[in-house]
Formats: sequence, structure tokens, C-alpha cells
Amino acid sequence: MLNSFVIPLIASVSGSGGGSMGTGLKFDLELVDWVILAIYLVFVIGIGFALKRQSKTAEDFLLSGRSIPGWITGLAFISANLGAQELIGMAASGAEYGIMTSHFYWVGAIPAMVFLGIFMMPMYYGSKAKSVPEYLKMRYDERTRVFNSVSFAFMTIFSSGISMHALADLLTTLIGWNYYGWLVVTSVIVLAYVLKGGLSSAIYNEVLQFFMIVFGIAPLAYLALKNVGGWDGLVTKLQASPLGDGSIHSWAQTATGDNPMGVPWYGIIFGLGFVLSFGYWTTNFAEVQRALAANSMGAARRTPIVGAIPKMLFPAIVILPGMIAYALTMDGPGSGYSIPVKLDANGLAMLDSTGRAVMNYNQVLPSMILNYFPNGLLGLALTALMASFMSGMAANVTAFNTVWTYDLYSQMTGGKKTDQQLLNMGKVATIAGIILAMGCALIAAKYNNIMAILQLVFGFVNAPLFATFLLGMFTKRSNNAGAFWGLLIGTSTAVAFHGLSWVTGNAPGVKGAWISQVFEYPKDLSQSFMVAIVAFSVTFIINAGLSFASGRNKTDEELAGLVYSLTPQQRSGQEAWIMRPSVLGTIVMIAAIALNIIFW
Amino acid sequence: MDLRLPIGIIFTLYGLILIGYGLITKGSKIYEKSLGINVNISWGILLLVFGLVMYYFAKRAKKS
Repeated sequence: MLNSFVIPLIASVSGSGGGSMGTGLKFDLELVDWVILAIYLVFVIGIGFALKRQSKTAEDFLLSGRSIPGWITGLAFISANLGAQELIGMAASGAEYGIMTSHFYWVGAIPAMVFLGIFMMPMYYGSKAKSVPEYLKMRYDERTRVFNSVSFAFMTIFSSGISMHALADLLTTLIGWNYYGWLVVTSVIVLAYVLKGGLSSAIYNEVLQFFMIVFGIAPLAYLALKNVGGWDGLVTKLQASPLGDGSIHSWAQTATGDNPMGVPWYGIIFGLGFVLSFGYWTTNFAEVQRALAANSMGAARRTPIVGAIPKMLFPAIVILPGMIAYALTMDGPGSGYSIPVKLDANGLAMLDSTGRAVMNYNQVLPSMILNYFPNGLLGLALTALMASFMSGMAANVTAFNTVWTYDLYSQMTGGKKTDQQLLNMGKVATIAGIILAMGCALIAAKYNNIMAILQLVFGFVNAPLFATFLLGMFTKRSNNAGAFWGLLIGTSTAVAFHGLSWVTGNAPGVKGAWISQVFEYPKDLSQSFMVAIVAFSVTFIINAGLSFASGRNKTDEELAGLVYSLTPQQRSGQEAWIMRPSVLGTIVMIAAIALNIIFW
Repeated sequence: MDLRLPIGIIFTLYGLILIGYGLITKGSKIYEKSLGINVNISWGILLLVFGLVMYYFAKRAKKS
């Protein structure tokens, strides 16, 4: 979801909404592949049924009763984000931008996850808030909570819809059968295991899905790297390609925006790293919820840090195959692989302004799998793709039902509902959420443009939220008026700024400048980062300004456990020193810095 | 529920299936794709080992 605004997945794999044909991207499945897929489906639903005893109360169903070990919530934490965008989108970006794509991990995700674990989790977990909006209610007031719950509920439904659409579309392209058939089948499977075992089932399955994804996709990096002549062969071929040197250095070319991403170093650090990634990883409830389900404060704080360890290595299995795909394509027909090109309505290759065929980067991953994987392994990879979509979808659904039940329904009805009533509402919300998401998927299939605009707008929701949390968690002064007006005006500014900014060569419309062409940027990414920076800054300034002007409205006692300086640092005597969040977090950060230097 | 148990079982199954299928299709031209390597056998062994290790730890935890 983090990069959903960066990679317009709505244009999806087939590039043609619902019906998808004529790409030649078809997996010829044998019985063995179907058996592998079927076993996975049996286990996913089986885990849901095995956990049904743990969903007898609303607390269990929606929050897992704070009972899950840290290693499980840690892997679920990254699995929840391993939706369509992660695998397909990151391989696509690897082909388009080269190694600079690693900034999404080593500058973006990792520092944000470590920060969340060390500095923010004591307040999130310690306050006993059931959700991110509920924390906002404790720290500020009801209106900020409502603003956040409504926008979040809307966003999660929409994101699962996009995910479902992309999955159904992908399966139709790869296997055939029927778009609507896939839509219903995949939704029913997710519904079955979430409804049966609640959040625990979603989280346990996310861990299974995590291993599925890694084991299903990892052989691709090995085979492709062998084919391209190892790392040295890849570097030689990329240097000779149009992307050139920029594609094999993550920082060396970033003094200016003259690099594959079109973003200078400060845009990467502030836009992608500080604003977008911190915003996404630290305030998105679908992520934070995983940590809140952990069985102790230590486990909750370790959740994102434990997740950061495999996350750090993901570029090797998703970005690397993308880079190799690009290198092989540019190496000419003799290399045996080329990235599929986009076709126009007449089935002819679309050409860009320089006469070069436009590559369909979203097809990089599936076409590479098809190119290298024999039957058997092919079934495993297909299952991995399906697992990745399901984990993202289930994460959104379980976050939605909690926010709906506790932050919207329970509040609207005066907070006087029994646990049984809340449990029933949680289940109804699960079913309704999936049905609404299917509706969004159908809209996405029909009206690409509307959804693309919404998707871009949602990409900026977390930036103002992050500014609000930063002030709320780390200063005592930030007050209710500042939080609410900061969020509202900051979010509106993001939308307006998007309407005023455009990318060189893009027509006004979905991708920006739908108000007027005022601010021009060289690439989609530089525009996205700039919108996020503006949204963050406006929110920060308004929140800080109003708070200083009107003074505090909560006493130190009321803010105890909600603000960092008023939260006692508790240390459990039982953990080994290496398991302390600060120690583990520091080790992870050193490793991330080392990776940045190695691929400088 | 100890999650290591279902994970152990599923990857043991996958390992056995891939190894079995790899043996049946030994020398088949489907491996032209994978640069002549019978990846079903090699990857199957890895999955089998992973599955058995998970299974072992789940069982050991249950005993104690």
C-alpha cells in the first residue's frame, strides 16, 4: 500500500481493466501445480477453523486478546504489507529505476519500523488503545478520531478492492477462466478464514503467507542471476543500457534529480523516507494492529524490529529480478527474455516520444516467472502470488472491522454495547467490508481513472497523520484544535497541491494538474514526494502554530502514557539483552546503513 | 496452536511433492527454462529441510 500511489497498479497487470487477453502471459499448469495451490488453500482455511475457539468474544475476534508471540506478529507485520504492490510493483520498479528502488526499503521502511518499535510503541501499546483512531481520541479528542476513522475505513476498503481487482485480473491473465469467478473465489476464501478465526487467524495466516511468498519467489533471483552472468554480468549489461550507471548506484547519482528516479537526495530522505515511509509504517492501523496483538510490551516493541530483519533482504528477491529483466531486455533478443510491451487498442506496441516501445513493467514479475520456472516450481510461485494478495487483503479487512466496530459503531451508539453485540457487529463488518471491497474492485475494473485519482489521493493520507502523531507523541503542547485543523487543512492541501502539480510530458488529469498546471516535476516519483512533503509541512505548521497560540488543554496527568516524556520506560528483567528493542533496533539500523554504503 | 506445526507440515508436503515431481520429470525439456537445472529437486530438498526443522521444533516445544 505504501507505494500504491507510486506505481499505478490500477492499470494492473493486463493493462486492460477486467478482461485481459492477448498478452501471451499464460501459465501452462499441470496437475502438480494445482495440487500445490489446493494444499495451500486447505491450510489457509484450516488455520481459520483451528483458531475458531479464539474468536468467542469481540476482544478475541478483533484484537486477538493481546496473546500472540513476538516473532509471529513481527512476520505478520511485514506480510500485511506484502500485497500486490510489493511483489509486482517492486519488481516493476527494479526494472524501471534499478537499484534506487532499494530506497523504499533501506531509507524508507527499515528506519520507520525501528522508530515505531523503539519510540512509538510504548505509547501505542501502553495506552491500551484498541486502534490508531482510539489513540488519537485519548491524546486529542473525538473529532480527530472520527476524521481518522472515516478516512481510514474508506481507504482500507478501497485498498482491498484494488488488491482484489489486481489479483482477479492477474489470475485471469495467467490461468484463464473468469475475472468475476476469481473475484468471488478469492474473496470467499479470505472471508472464510477471517470470519472463522478473526484477527488471530489473519495474523497466523500472514506468517504462513510470508514463508509461501519467500519460498515461491526466491528461486527466481537465483536462476535469473545465473542467466545474466552473475552480479558482474548484470552490472556490465546495465551500464551498457539506457539507464546506465544510475541503475547500479543507490546514492552516487543523487546530487541532482538527474537519475532514474528523477529525485535528488533530499527528496529521497525527506519525501520518501521521513514523510511517506514513516507516515505509512507508523500510523497505518493495518500495520500497527499486528503489534497491538502481541502478548507483551516487549513483544509489541520488537514486532516491527523483528519484521525489519527479513524486510531488509527483500530487495534481493523482488528488486533484483526486476533489474535483471531490464538488463536482459536491453541486451537484445539473444538474451532470451524481454519485458512485455504495452499494446494499444489494435494490438500494436505503444511507442513513446522517442519511438521506443513502452514497456509494461507490471508484467515483469509474472513474465520472469514464466520464463524460468518449470511446472512444480511454477505452482509454488503462483501460490506465492495468491498468498501475497490474500495477506494484504485480510490485513485491510481485519483493520477495517476493528475501526468500524470500536471507533465508529460503538461510539455512535454511545459506547453501551455488550461484548456479544460488538462481536456480532465485528462479524457483520467483516462480511460487509469484503462485499464493499468487491464493489470497489468492480469500479476499478470499469472506471480506471476515478480509482486512479482516489489511489493517488490516499497515498498522501498518511503524511498529515504522521505530522499529527509526531507532535502528539513527542510534545505535550500539541492540542486538540491544532490536531484537528492541522489534519484537515494538511490533507486538503495535499489534494489541492496534487491538482496543481504535474509531471513533464503528462497530460493534465489523473496524474495531477487537474486544477491547473503550476508546479512541474521531472518524474512521477518526484511529484509524489513533493506532495507528501507539502502535506506534512502544512499539517505540522498548523498544528504547532495553533497549539502555541491557544495553549495546552490536557494536563500532565491526562497525558501520562500518551506522550513520550510522560511515559515511564519499563524494562522487563527477563529478556536477554540482545532482545531489548533498543539493542535489536540499533543492530538493524547498522545493517541498513551498511547496505546503503555497499550499494552506494 | 503452535504455528510451527502447520508450517512444518505444509512445507514438508511441498518438499516431497517437488522432489517426487522432479524425479518423475528428470531429463524433461521443461528444465530448459531453468537453465538445465532440475530446480524441482533442489528446491524441494530445501523446502523439505525447512518443513522438518519447523516440525521438529513444534514437537519439541510440545513435549517440554
